[in-house]
Amino acid sequence: MPVEHDLRTVDMLLNMGPQHPSTHGVFRMVLRIDGERVTDVEPHIGYLHRGSEKLCERENYRQIVTLFDRLDYLSNFNNELGFVMAAEKLMGIEAPERAQFIRVILCELNRISSHMMFYGAYGADVGVFGTSFMYGFRERETIQQLFESVTGARMMHSYFRVGGVFQDTPDGFEAAAGKLLSQLKRSVEECDRLLTKNEIFLERTRGVGAISAADAVDYGMSGPCLRACGVAQDVRLIEPYLTYNRFDWDIPLGKKGDCWDRYWVRLEEVRQSIAIIEQALKLMPKGPIQAPVAKFGFVKPPVGEAYFRAENPRGEFGVYLVSDGKTSPYRVKIRGPSFVNLMALRQMTVGHYIADAVVILGSLDIVLGEVDR
Amino acid sequence: MTWADMGWLILAIVIFIGFITIVVLGLTYGERKIIARFQQRLGPTRTGPFGLLQPVADALKLLAKEDFIPGSVDRLSFWIAPIVVFVPAFIAWVTIPFTRDIVISNMEFGIFYILAVSGLSTAGLLMAGWGSFNKYAMLGAVRSAAQLISYELPLVVGVLGVVMISGSLDLKVIVAEQDGLWFAFMQPIALVLFLIAGLAEVARAPFDIPVAESEVVGGPFVEYSGMHWSMFSLAEYANTFAVAVLATILFLGGWRGPGPDSGWGQDVMMAFWFLLKTSLVLLAIFWVRATVPRLRIDQLMSLAWVVLLPLAFVNMILTAFYLYYDWPDWTMVAISFAVLAAIGIAYQRRRVSRLATIETAKVRVRQGKVVA
Repeated sequence: MPVEHDLRTVDMLLNMGPQHPSTHGVFRMVLRIDGERVTDVEPHIGYLHRGSEKLCERENYRQIVTLFDRLDYLSNFNNELGFVMAAEKLMGIEAPERAQFIRVILCELNRISSHMMFYGAYGADVGVFGTSFMYGFRERETIQQLFESVTGARMMHSYFRVGGVFQDTPDGFEAAAGKLLSQLKRSVEECDRLLTKNEIFLERTRGVGAISAADAVDYGMSGPCLRACGVAQDVRLIEPYLTYNRFDWDIPLGKKGDCWDRYWVRLEEVRQSIAIIEQALKLMPKGPIQAPVAKFGFVKPPVGEAYFRAENPRGEFGVYLVSDGKTSPYRVKIRGPSFVNLMALRQMTVGHYIADAVVILGSLDIVLGEVDR
Repeated sequence: MTWADMGWLILAIVIFIGFITIVVLGLTYGERKIIARFQQRLGPTRTGPFGLLQPVADALKLLAKEDFIPGSVDRLSFWIAPIVVFVPAFIAWVTIPFTRDIVISNMEFGIFYILAVSGLSTAGLLMAGWGSFNKYAMLGAVRSAAQLISYELPLVVGVLGVVMISGSLDLKVIVAEQDGLWFAFMQPIALVLFLIAGLAEVARAPFDIPVAESEVVGGPFVEYSGMHWSMFSLAEYANTFAVAVLATILFLGGWRGPGPDSGWGQDVMMAFWFLLKTSLVLLAIFWVRATVPRLRIDQLMSLAWVVLLPLAFVNMILTAFYLYYDWPDWTMVAISFAVLAAIGIAYQRRRVSRLATIETAKVRVRQGKVVA
């Protein structure tokens, strides 16, 4: 608590970002600080704005998938999925079962790799000198190698198609994925041991940046940030898409909605994703991977509109798609979870220390590609 | 002092600065290699055998780099600051004995001198923070000043216990007094205090708050580059090495260890034991750096004033009783370890109750349905 004093002090404005190691990209926040204490935060976004939504209006449906890869560049498959599923909803078609399973497996693997990235960056935010970063990136690397074997690319996959996927999985995919999972199970425990119950880590994250469930809902937060407040909101459960209603898994919930809860929910989600992938690998049938949709290489949905939402690693990713019957959509609106979650930053941060501002921003796990679009 | 003495002293100082610089370069290499192992990397491997020339390459790079000075800085303090940090870090070495005989100038008040000199570097950091005309630098500088004031006290009062038992500020005498029992056993509380406060004093993890990359992006050093920056870096590693060396001298029996009693074999073995003990302390410091998150500034302060300083006084009073009533050695050892154990138990209870406050839940989803 600030001590009563007669000394007249002036608040200082501290410009953090867009070139700051812990603003996770090109986010910029202007902190008004009284000594070490933050009295106000003003977020500035838009440094990575590329006009993705507008660009969608002049590309055809297959090209748009590549644009979606570049939104949330840590969970590319989940983004692609949002778009192709919206288009499929508009056309009233469904991908073949095998394609759906492939999508589930890749999306959940992508969730793991995204959360591992979070783990690494969050450890760095809290001040572990690179060790958590290397732990997280080790897992990300093995997952990306699997992605590369399936899609040919490590990050910008352009693998999902309207009505299916680009190509079938390579020989030995199931074995490779199974091996990857058993390795992931071990390394998640390693990550757990390094940080979760570390005294300093608890000290730095418990009770920091707490937000009540009601406030979180009011802000429209979603994903791990909302579940950390104890709200069991998961699109995979309330509006199951793909084959998610055929798996058994748990939704981890926090209680206080503080930084530690958000961290724990993500780490636990990694374990749940592993469980989902294991079941999906067992249930995955043989068969076609692409429904016939394209005429002369072009997807042409009927006139109409569709909204599809999916559970991204960062929360609810929504795509609103309006078609006027041409080969390009008339309008695409993207609901980015990072963008919405970021809105709560000010309420969470004010009253904490500068060091906490970094930790709180890290716990929101934003990706600027999707905030700025 | 004759001219010959003077010449000898200058030669010794030059040799010594060269030696410290080499040690520091080796230290950067060692830290990179060790932390790399913690992080499942290899560390430097390309420059020379096992990457041994990496520090040389780094030094050459820093020398060749443009020493960029932003236009808005206060030139005088910006220029002087690295020197003000660099000099105390190196003159502290004047009185540190590596073996019984290898020391530039042994002083009767050696430990007092070292502690006094090591506090000076904060002035340099403040100058760097002020002169840089950068808010991050200023924040870092103020943080480092606050941190130094807080940690100087437990450090000094902790070391006082050792000084009281040995009855001297002379580092050679302090080592000589440890012929029976190391002060690590007689003064375990002081050892713990010294290591924690020492880490805080040189701003190493988990107390690297003044230079925290993720918060103040390097703190006072943020505007520095090239040679100026490398002076800060050299000073930082020299200070880290000094903490390890002092821990060895004050608590781990210095150069004491099994070996021949005379001749050149004795000198070699003394140097060997000294370096071995120092290396182990350094390993512990690097270990902490690789695995532990950073404290927040207020937590750092409360640790210093609420935990460490009272503990230091407890240790001092305990030592006074031991000396005044002439208790046998084992009582001092037993009481000290009992105090530490009590603190450990209290801490563990606090930790358990804190972990018990963590509430988490899981909603079980089976085949798309929530089950109880």
